[in-house]
Amino acid sequence: MAEKERKLPAAVTSPETEEYWAAAKEGKLLVKKCKSCGRTHHYPRSLCPYCFSDKTEWTTASGKGVLYSYSVMRRAPIPYALAYVTLAEGPTMMTNMVDCDFDKLKVGQAVKVVFKPTEGGGALPCFTPA
Amino acid sequence: MSIKGKAYIGGIYEHPTRLATDKSLAMIHAEVAKGCLEDAGLSKDDVDAYFCAGDAPGLGPMSMADYMGLTKLKHFDSTDVGGSSYVVHVGHAAEAIALGKCKVALITLAGRPRAEGMATGTVPRSRGGSPTPDEPFEFPYGPTVVNMYGMAAMRHMHEFGTTSEQLAWIKVAASHHAQYNEHALLRDVVTVQDVVNSPMISDPLHRLDCCVITDGGGAILVVAPEIARSLKRPKVKIIGAAETTKNQMGGAVDLTYTGARYTGPASFAEAGVKPSDIKYASIYDSFTITVLMQLEDLGFCEKGKGGAFVSDGNLISGTGKLPFNTDGGGLCSNHPGNRGGLTKVLEAVRQVRGEAHPKVQVKNCDLALAHGTGGSLGSRHGSGTVILERE
Repeated sequence: MAEKERKLPAAVTSPETEEYWAAAKEGKLLVKKCKSCGRTHHYPRSLCPYCFSDKTEWTTASGKGVLYSYSVMRRAPIPYALAYVTLAEGPTMMTNMVDCDFDKLKVGQAVKVVFKPTEGGGALPCFTPA
Repeated sequence: MSIKGKAYIGGIYEHPTRLATDKSLAMIHAEVAKGCLEDAGLSKDDVDAYFCAGDAPGLGPMSMADYMGLTKLKHFDSTDVGGSSYVVHVGHAAEAIALGKCKVALITLAGRPRAEGMATGTVPRSRGGSPTPDEPFEFPYGPTVVNMYGMAAMRHMHEFGTTSEQLAWIKVAASHHAQYNEHALLRDVVTVQDVVNSPMISDPLHRLDCCVITDGGGAILVVAPEIARSLKRPKVKIIGAAETTKNQMGGAVDLTYTGARYTGPASFAEAGVKPSDIKYASIYDSFTITVLMQLEDLGFCEKGKGGAFVSDGNLISGTGKLPFNTDGGGLCSNHPGNRGGLTKVLEAVRQVRGEAHPKVQVKNCDLALAHGTGGSLGSRHGSGTVILERE
């Protein structure tokens, strides 16, 4: 479809999360995993939100997931699909569904990560039907 | 220790304005405070506790206490959990009174998003230079009020088969009530077809699934039992209150329930009553889906059965089993400052007093509930429930 591209803002980074954004620029989706309890979480924190251990590490996600929910904002100058995707690694992340016909989206469908350029030369993990 | 019976609602006031281009924000706070004190028959100098949230200008209660000349404060609280703040404040005021910290607690709300031309529901909002930790991972994707609630609705439909027509019944019921409220922004009775045929804002929420955007405000006076006995007003006793937050749980996102899953049972347990005892319920109605999910979580029906529960006029006073939002609520009457929790308490008090509009007054309404959600069902929100009893 002839979808005009929305401008995506540059990421706001912090010492806690700059690795995530650096990896996104390289086309990799990182998630944080806790070495103490073994659970993976998102958005990334230094301290595990499940067990509060500070032994968390970055791992590269497969980029595969399932569409948990979505909503197509029809009132925006360029309509877009806000979504939650449940990653194969466990956590559910907020994202956009892109490069697809919004009217054919279905909760539960398989999706895969794609990276969209942001202002300032960065990249934002988005998803598209697998 | 329980707050049951330790405090009463002594006064209420709702600002009649829905468009306040002629008023400052502080002025609306003061006007609703004055109206509330007059309703109770008390004076400004009786107020020894003040509660406000993020809608009040300034840092916490300080600017407003100064502006209104509240000089006898012994207690204050500026807990801000969005639109649910004022329901939570009622519980906090009851706690403070039960502990003997104060006797006359004033809660105010005011806002003028309509006068300011704010794009309330359809534009993502950033906190700018001091983002919350979640913001860098959400804001770039364009979350707005409507599409975040839209995702909750979409998931509810997927898991439980809830339909747009069922959600529409919530708006239909609100509109039946709003026709009798002279101050309501929208007074026309609408049909299920009107709702589902209104323009789609963000799937699956149509324009008429969304609350109104208005200016206005309101105030509540929570008082000690000895004060309540001295007033020439019906006695509305606070018998249960609970609060919580619900969030994304580190990525274990579950959009099918709200914080009411805790605050409902907790407030019913404190009050010693059950959902089927409730004669009237004020349920936060930022969107139709908000009402449906909270009704389930509060225990008025089983999880997933909300669609059937709200259908066929079951929420309409006089015909349905659970009359709700008999002032027209946020869906039709007002949503001052984009924060609807305070007005939920007001209509519950009117019902318990027997002072609702005669066309919507619930007969022998001796037990009512008010519930608020603040923030977003799509990410993180605060929840507050209070249960009120006529003495």
